[in-house]
Amino acid sequence: MYQGVIMSGFGGQGIISAGILLAYTGLTEGKHVTFFPAYGAEMRGGTANCSVVISSEEIASPVVAFPDTLIVMNEPSLTKFEPSIRKGGLLLINSSLVSGKSKRDDLNIHYIRANEFAEKLGTIKIANMVMIGAYSRITGAISIEGLRKSLKKVFPRARQDILDMDLEALKKGMETV
Amino acid sequence: MEKKVFSRTKGLTEVFMRYCPGCGHGVIHRLVAEAIEELGVRKRTIGIAPVGCSVFADEYFNCDMIQPAHGRGPAVATGMKRVKPDCIVFSYQGDGDLASIGMAETVHAAARGERITIIFVNNAIYGMTGGQMAPTTLVGMKSTTSPFGRDPRVAGYPIKVCELLSTLEAPSYLARVSVHKPANVIKAKKAIKKAFQVQIDDLGFSLVEILSQCPTDWFVTPLQAVEYVEKAMVPFYPLGEFKTPEGKKEPAKAETKMAVEKG
Amino acid sequence: MGEKLLMKGNEALAEGAVRAGCRFFSGYPITPQNEVPEYLSWRLPEVGGTFIQAESEVAAINMLYGASACGARVMTSSSGPGISLKQEGISYISGANLPIFYANVMRGGPGLGNIAPAQGDYYQSTRGGGHGDYRVIVLAPNSVSEMGNFPKRCYDLAEKYRMASMVLADGLLGQMMEPIEFDFEPVDPAKLPPKEWALGNAEGRERRIIRSYDLKPGYLEKMTLKLLEKYNKIEEQEVKYEAVQTEDAEILLVAYGTSSRISKEALMLGRKEGIKVGLLRPITLWPFPTKILGELSGRIKKILTVEMSLGQLIDDVKLAVEGKSRVYLHGRPSGGIPTGEEVLEIIKNICSE
Repeated sequence: MYQGVIMSGFGGQGIISAGILLAYTGLTEGKHVTFFPAYGAEMRGGTANCSVVISSEEIASPVVAFPDTLIVMNEPSLTKFEPSIRKGGLLLINSSLVSGKSKRDDLNIHYIRANEFAEKLGTIKIANMVMIGAYSRITGAISIEGLRKSLKKVFPRARQDILDMDLEALKKGMETV
Repeated sequence: MEKKVFSRTKGLTEVFMRYCPGCGHGVIHRLVAEAIEELGVRKRTIGIAPVGCSVFADEYFNCDMIQPAHGRGPAVATGMKRVKPDCIVFSYQGDGDLASIGMAETVHAAARGERITIIFVNNAIYGMTGGQMAPTTLVGMKSTTSPFGRDPRVAGYPIKVCELLSTLEAPSYLARVSVHKPANVIKAKKAIKKAFQVQIDDLGFSLVEILSQCPTDWFVTPLQAVEYVEKAMVPFYPLGEFKTPEGKKEPAKAETKMAVEKG
Repeated sequence: MGEKLLMKGNEALAEGAVRAGCRFFSGYPITPQNEVPEYLSWRLPEVGGTFIQAESEVAAINMLYGASACGARVMTSSSGPGISLKQEGISYISGANLPIFYANVMRGGPGLGNIAPAQGDYYQSTRGGGHGDYRVIVLAPNSVSEMGNFPKRCYDLAEKYRMASMVLADGLLGQMMEPIEFDFEPVDPAKLPPKEWALGNAEGRERRIIRSYDLKPGYLEKMTLKLLEKYNKIEEQEVKYEAVQTEDAEILLVAYGTSSRISKEALMLGRKEGIKVGLLRPITLWPFPTKILGELSGRIKKILTVEMSLGQLIDDVKLAVEGKSRVYLHGRPSGGIPTGEEVLEIIKNICSE
């Protein structure tokens, strides 16, 4: 099993946190993992993306040039990374913020209204968790139970009610796909 | 019966000093050496020799010594004092070392209030390299790189180190003295001892600026050099204490405060 | 030892240094290594150590000069432009035979360059870097695990030989997260053997002097020849490398750090297609694994260096193989990161020549 994932969006959409949650959960489930954030000079706004590798074998390169899965949280990210997804790969699109459709016909594509789901649960800040929930269900690379346990570890300073909301968002993501 | 009234201080080694006739370094070395010996801290004192005429100070002072890069004495002293807080650390520096290439290290060690002592010898010239203009060279004073006299339109004005440092919060003791007359030598000794006492009492940063003479690179006789200190240097670089530890409060433990308060 | 942690490379480096006995750090902020000072600013006080944010890299390295002279295990870290500023102090430290540990988390250069991962400081690291005849022991980790475990090795080497020892990493290794397990027990610096040369309390002993100069004619040459003796011994005894599938290799990749991870991917892709690719990863960049490369080059006629620089590592490879193999370069400078596929294409081109 090998999954090279790129998650991309605006700064502030929780791209980095979601990536760390993925990697940490993989680690707790006995997988080899790497996480690499694109780090820019801007502190706010701008684009944020990260690469996560989850593998049952030792990971050679942490660089994900051709992702097996692309999770896009905004329009520019789709334009930027869509061409690089491996044939037959998975594309998860936050259709609350991405109006366009994918141009690829060789992918497994899901359009998820992540912001709307998140807002209904309490805050759009957890739209990232909706996407991770969907990713977990489709690929099985990591389990919902693993994600649940990891939340507290990855966000040790988060309030319990926020963590509860995160979990709800993860579940919602799973249900939608 | 014979009575010994004077002897060489144990603060200095037996090594023959290689300073020019009429140079102030020899006198200043002895004052520093006497101070650490009389205060009883020689065996736990670490000295820092500069780059400049007194680079060989590591051979002259009879205590642990280190010789770092040009101007970096205060940074080296910082590293030492933080690792060995029980040791007495002093940095002996000239004007090029301290006020030109090492100005950043000087200002920041002072601003941090490092518990070190700096002996700053100001003779208004680069001695070792052969008499070039220093940051402290007086306006109109000739040097090998200001052959027509320091022109403020080209080279700006000399830097008054004690005045500059006295704008900072942290320093505990700042004084300027000279060694051009016996009476001044006695005052210089007092200031140097006080600076070390400040460190022994853990009161913070101390620096003594000492106006000194360099007959060789000033191209004058030793007597004319002494006169130059009196007539030209002292009027521009006034002697005296600029900061003393008396009444200085220990900084309170910092409270976490944001620049902009909410509400 | 024990627990597997998910850590960022820079934080692993900082934690590894503390566990290895580091009790003094001074540095100046620069991307992509800022997590190192940020981490140590709270971690060092926890163990009774000192953290100083210095006014400049020049001051930072000179604080190390003083703290090391007093016997502490010391550290600084920076990225290319800051390491350039520190070269003055590193040269003095080398001349004065003081042990220090520092890290360069490389970014794109020359000049201000950019903050992307790069390997353009290979020459600077492996050739001494400052003025005069001296060397620095250079360890090149290629994982977060090694980022955390190499500081200990660096301190051991630095103190064994009384010299500077460094970790040469890059922005990717500094910023990425991976599981890490520390492979050594935490070092209590108070229990290390006393340093017979350190300055401090001179009660009951002769005074000591630490300096990097000697102006008596002929003496400095003797001092520097002493350094050479030390360096020769290190070249004989301290070389470390990782050889991957070199036994039957027909083409050999040579790469370190991040490039070696990418090269390993290219190797795996190549092997899947039946191409006999091997990889030699220098772990010590100085001392360089000259001997093993010399041996391999007798048998493997094609060597490709993969580096995120414009042909720096390749010089050491060429010196080692002494013309016995053809040496090719794939160099991506100033923030360009090669991919496994990209390297495989080049391997195929070379093999079809």
